Amino acid sequence: MIATRESYGKVLAELGKKHKNIVVLDADLSEATKTSEFKRAFPKRFFDIGISEQDMIGTAAGLALEGKIPFASTFAIFAAGRAYEQIRNTVAYSRLNVKIAATHAGLTVGEDGASHQAIEDLALMRVIPGMTIFSPCDGAETRWAIEESLKIEGPVYIRLTRPKVIDVYDNKTKFEFGKAITHGEGKDATVIATGLMVQEALKAKELLEKENINIRVIDIHTIKPIDKEAILTAAKETNRIITIEDHSVIGGLGSAVCEVLAEEYPAKVERMGVNDEFGQSGKWNEVLEYYGLTCKEIVSKIKNK
Amino acid sequence: MDGDFLSSNEIANLEKIAKEIRKNILLQVYSAGSGHPGGALSCTDILTTIYFKMINDGDKVVLSKGHASAALYGTLAEKGLIEKEELKTFRQLGSRLQGHPSTRKLDLVDSSSGSLGQGLSIANGIALGFKLDKKKNNVYVILGDGEIQEGQIWEAAMTASHYKLNNVIAFLDYNKLQIDGANDDVMTVKPIDKKFKAFGWNVQEIDGHNFEEIMSAIGKAKKSRKPNIIIANTKKGKGISFMEDKCEWHGKAPNKEEYEMGVAELQ
Repeated sequence: MIATRESYGKVLAELGKKHKNIVVLDADLSEATKTSEFKRAFPKRFFDIGISEQDMIGTAAGLALEGKIPFASTFAIFAAGRAYEQIRNTVAYSRLNVKIAATHAGLTVGEDGASHQAIEDLALMRVIPGMTIFSPCDGAETRWAIEESLKIEGPVYIRLTRPKVIDVYDNKTKFEFGKAITHGEGKDATVIATGLMVQEALKAKELLEKENINIRVIDIHTIKPIDKEAILTAAKETNRIITIEDHSVIGGLGSAVCEVLAEEYPAKVERMGVNDEFGQSGKWNEVLEYYGLTCKEIVSKIKNK
Repeated sequence: MDGDFLSSNEIANLEKIAKEIRKNILLQVYSAGSGHPGGALSCTDILTTIYFKMINDGDKVVLSKGHASAALYGTLAEKGLIEKEELKTFRQLGSRLQGHPSTRKLDLVDSSSGSLGQGLSIANGIALGFKLDKKKNNVYVILGDGEIQEGQIWEAAMTASHYKLNNVIAFLDYNKLQIDGANDDVMTVKPIDKKFKAFGWNVQEIDGHNFEEIMSAIGKAKKSRKPNIIIANTKKGKGISFMEDKCEWHGKAPNKEEYEMGVAELQ
């Protein structure tokens, strides 16, 4: 069990050895985002910009203009929120090779509460032209996402979270850019999930199997560009589409799925997520339970048509 | 070129080039029926000096006050990198000469800009890159006086000082006017010199239309151990008598009569 942000920290420090062009920036959150590992390994290539997220993104852009590959980290709400326009106008508009590894996304920030719980970062990043978005669910998928982001010439947003999560994959798993991973072939329903909701969906799948209800779970690790085929196939082959994300139901994974289906294969989509409200303080698993983002809720939703 | 002496021939030459750039600015804005002549004319002499006297191979220029794009394109045209004919496409559909500089459309510019307040951060990043690669290059940044109302400028000022980015040479195009009025009427930015000094910068103040002063300031900046700001006292609309010192020419295009009058003044 490892948090996706921890996996990021490890992988980044490893990659720093091989790729001399990688530089890392942080905004006084290095111990939390885990860029501290890279900092310890390569202090001359690490730049703390202090509590100035907009400046951090702009500085990363300048480094990219000089041929470096900057990874810039802070909490998701500050990356996508505070520095939104800098990402949009300075990084994305010039197609700069800046990788924004935003940690502590979603309600699972926990105790810090609403001001820190980013429930809109996917929505904000999705609408930026040319932005690639990864939302890995575990350590292995995170490793792949970071390595993959190096292969992409252009801006990338990687959504990482705070708590330790169950491993779904391992280092032998073959991930493919833009290709969702479908677990199972059940026809009763499809649960399309991202991030640590994938684990919840897989738990729900197991529980439902015991009652002879067979669902399939689709892990969307690449939010943009999204795997349209996997979504359409699920709509054609199963009776219900449910999406779940630790994010607002507006603008994130659920909306993305609706966009695909509405255009090509209209189907009812039931969106689970944060229902247009702010989060609050609490232990992260208790907060998820309060907002109905658990395997229990998924099971209940599927059973009670 | 680090010397701080200009012969009268060299000055005359720079004046000639600056005149041509000013003509180019008028041509672009008139052709488009849109643009920002005031702020482009005020930083023309600075851009002339940088591009024709001071810039070294590998140096970069960030026009943080991106709305002065016509001045940048006009300068690149005088360097023979953009055809005069193409200047007429400024701001029009399909043009490489976007309203605000875009590396997406024009690879001759070192950075995109347009949204004020971001260019100093970008320059810092470039400067850090130079230092990581042990390059002796400089990055020039042109800032607007209204632009320093943006908080990000001061974040970047902190960064430059903290990381000892003495290879940053910033110019403040201090024409004292913005859109809604004079800086002092909208949102006071004074005292600019004291602010930058307090942030740990090397501060110089010059006449932004005097080539020798511009060149000398750059020469001093290159020897500094701190990041550099050269507060250049300028006139918005400089070079065109009826545009000088007027807020209204911030974002207005001359009509045919005004265009012809302007060009005539530049002969």
